[in-house]
Amino acid sequence: MIGVLVKIAWRNIVRNRRRSLMTASAVAAGALAMLLFLGYTTYIFLGMETGNVQHLGHLRVFRAGYFLYGAGNPTSYGIDAYRDIMRLIADDPVLKPMIRVLTPTQSLMGIAANYHGDNAASRTFFGEGLVPSDRARMLGWDQYHTGIFHPLDERISDADESRGLVGIGLARILNLCAPLALPDCPPPPAPAHAGEHPGKIDADIAELAGRDAPQGARPPEGAQIDLLAATVGGAPNVVSLTVAGAQPQGAKELDDAYVLMHLALAQQLVYGREEHKVTAIVLQLRDSGYLGAARARLNALFRERHLDLEVRDFAELVPFYGQVIRLFSSIFLFIALVMGMIVLFAVVNTMTMNVMERINEIGTSRAMGVRRGRIRAQFLIEGTLIGLMGTVVGAALAIVIAALVNRSGVTWIPPGNAAAIPLHLDVLGRPLRALGICVGLVLVATAAALLPANRAARLSVVDALRHI
Amino acid sequence: MTQPAATAAVVRLTHVSRTYQAGALEVRALHDLTLEIPPDRFSIVIGASGSGKTTLLNLIGAIDTPSAGVVEVCQQNIAALDDDAVADFRARNIGFIFQTFSLIPVLSAYENVEYPLLLVGMPAPERRRRTLAMLEAVGLAAQAQRQPNELSGGQKQRVAIARALVKQPQLVLADEPTANLDSATGAAIISLMRRVQADSHTTFIFATHDQQLMSHADEIFAIRDGELLEHRQVTA
Repeated sequence: MIGVLVKIAWRNIVRNRRRSLMTASAVAAGALAMLLFLGYTTYIFLGMETGNVQHLGHLRVFRAGYFLYGAGNPTSYGIDAYRDIMRLIADDPVLKPMIRVLTPTQSLMGIAANYHGDNAASRTFFGEGLVPSDRARMLGWDQYHTGIFHPLDERISDADESRGLVGIGLARILNLCAPLALPDCPPPPAPAHAGEHPGKIDADIAELAGRDAPQGARPPEGAQIDLLAATVGGAPNVVSLTVAGAQPQGAKELDDAYVLMHLALAQQLVYGREEHKVTAIVLQLRDSGYLGAARARLNALFRERHLDLEVRDFAELVPFYGQVIRLFSSIFLFIALVMGMIVLFAVVNTMTMNVMERINEIGTSRAMGVRRGRIRAQFLIEGTLIGLMGTVVGAALAIVIAALVNRSGVTWIPPGNAAAIPLHLDVLGRPLRALGICVGLVLVATAAALLPANRAARLSVVDALRHI
Repeated sequence: MTQPAATAAVVRLTHVSRTYQAGALEVRALHDLTLEIPPDRFSIVIGASGSGKTTLLNLIGAIDTPSAGVVEVCQQNIAALDDDAVADFRARNIGFIFQTFSLIPVLSAYENVEYPLLLVGMPAPERRRRTLAMLEAVGLAAQAQRQPNELSGGQKQRVAIARALVKQPQLVLADEPTANLDSATGAAIISLMRRVQADSHTTFIFATHDQQLMSHADEIFAIRDGELLEHRQVTA
């Protein structure tokens, strides 16, 4: 019986082809808009996740309390015997197959100074000491095939501990424009109250920096700056950093303060001759799906060994990530609601007209012995078929348009990013969501047909037969 | 006025009234009607427009319910059945032929005739055999695959007759079946129904105001103002 109901429904759709086409077009437009936006948000979400995982890893192990209080003084939250802990993690049979990169990192703060030349300058900096080869491997993570890949500057290597990179803003502030051949680097305006010796750094910093510097030595390549920081013991310490290059960091605050250096150099600066520690042990997993299990295992491991450590994931470290996801999710919900309403009204209108035009036919069918439920089912099937047609067309269009956009090679710089990345509409990147949109639209079309279908089913047979 | 039938009546109405509410007005379509229609007869209900013929057929066809009284069709008190059961009852026992043919426009002649058999869940081979035989019987075997809009008025009514009879119902109700046809076609349709009725031994009940049709009737029920004016048996 269901076959004949589908047949009648389909033939009525074809019979009223213009009206059906208009309604299916509304459904198709809804599916197209929602799927393309889904593709865009998927691309944004996966792109952000990829960027964060490439730079921060999935999980970071800190000394307990670092996450809440460590930013004020990262060096005082150093992890003791970090190599043993890394070995413990690396050798754990549960974690081992999940881990792609396991690497230590040291955060630090201090003053960066350029005392070379006439325009000496200094600036507080935020630094990150890392193992270059590990970071280079981390930057190659691309689980979702986003095409996002910005390799580590090849001038930074494990072999040369003295080399590092700075934010492009910091390079400008430290008067490194000429040695680094930076573009967009006009001469700085004279400060309003320049004082007696404009451009001169504090004498004590210069003296401290000059103490270790070979007299008359010039940096071999790039530019040399000095980094001053307080050691864990509170004593001032200075190291020299050869700035291999300057890179934009995506946010001005970071651009003006960021220094990337070799882990050994960072440790030398903040720990001096004392035991070298790190502020974090970074875990980059092979698959983001392992995140929950890896985190749980780490916590269990640390509890078991009575280690005073905490584990944080990249989403906790970058609140902006969660904010963007919530923002786009709410926009998506809004679009879905608008599209759902359009589809709802379009289908209600069409199905109401279909019922009105077929009242006599409904009466005939009822007189012949068709139950109310089957009359209802017939119109529901009609609404469902219109929804299905529109959704299939909309989904096909979304896939084609996404493919065209993806092949066009368009790039853009997302908010918070420093470099351009390819624009990619990942319509099928989250297949369950895409399927959910399609099923949802068909259900909306079916639900929209319910009201007219119920009206048709409730018609009095006598009144329906009398209708002309 | 009603004369008891020799065999069990296929339709029995006992003190049946039907009133409609038309705004503030109460319209009395049938009033205290009692009648019996014997099986295997070609019965005609005659009366002027508004006399209550269609209301009577609607009650017999179980598509309307009386305001008072009891309607028994095929020994079944219709009021005792719920909505789905009444629908199933109609599907099994009653065939309808309408003045406006009322074919389902998106189904071919064959599919229109086959449709009632789908409702009773008949297996496909038997369905096909019966449908083709019925189309053959009404002279439309060659037009089986035509859509209703490709058929003439007479052909449409033949399809409607085939559709009403294909399930071999106990009762066929026809409300003004020739009203939309020219006289020659109408006469042909009446002859066809008479022949089919004779072949199938189905009880036919006809509502019409066409006096010429009375010559075909076995039973004539004359209705006026919702009351039975006369019941006449033309042949035994």
